[in-house]
Amino acid sequence: MTRNENDVIITVVARVVSPFIMLFALYVIFHGHYSPGGGFQGGTMLAAAVILVRLAAGSHLAQKQFPRSWATPLGSVGVLIYWGTGFAALLCGGNFLDYKFLPLGMEAAKTRFFGILSIEIGVGLAVMGILTAIYDDLLEGDPGD
Amino acid sequence: MRRNALPYLALAAFVGLLVYASFGLPNRGDASAALNGPLSLAGTPNAATHYIRNPERDAATPNMVTVILADYRGYDTMGEETVILTAGLICFLILRRTRSRP
Repeated sequence: MTRNENDVIITVVARVVSPFIMLFALYVIFHGHYSPGGGFQGGTMLAAAVILVRLAAGSHLAQKQFPRSWATPLGSVGVLIYWGTGFAALLCGGNFLDYKFLPLGMEAAKTRFFGILSIEIGVGLAVMGILTAIYDDLLEGDPGD
Repeated sequence: MRRNALPYLALAAFVGLLVYASFGLPNRGDASAALNGPLSLAGTPNAATHYIRNPERDAATPNMVTVILADYRGYDTMGEETVILTAGLICFLILRRTRSRP
């Protein structure tokens, strides 16, 4: 990818905007119980914030924000959170993914509330990691990165 | 020219059929339609009615879409997430730089 190292405006704007996109993405994930949103949408926005900096500053410089080697493990951790929640419910006496049996010490409805939240966090991490990993894989071997 | 007219005629006929069929659908949110009632046409309980009435009681969550996606249909979302992970891993396997290139 050809890029201009001296393009200050694009680099600075991307650096300023990226944390706010991440903040709004976290809002979308954690407020998914009350408004439109959830793990898939929030994860996509997290990945957009990371990829924006990669587009503006170049992949090499953007490694300082989010290293390439973290992307695929982060996606795997997200999937593990999902499966782990399911197996935790299974080990505590319920069916697979039956959040009512999670050992949180609350009534059933509240336990399901936090089970759903755990699921959404897992989905968000997985989508963010995998989208970033696909972007990095597509740029692999590019002379400009 | 004349030979090429047949596919377009078939397409136009199909569009007309679909438009005609869409007049038989119930209005969106029509509570008196058989599709939206508590019982289906066969007399069995309708799943959609249960999903709309019970999320607040079951999961203390006002957004019923979230409850359907993550709780009632949790297996489906789990499969979707696993598909995304598989797609990412396949991209990694196909696109990574091969070291043994001559």
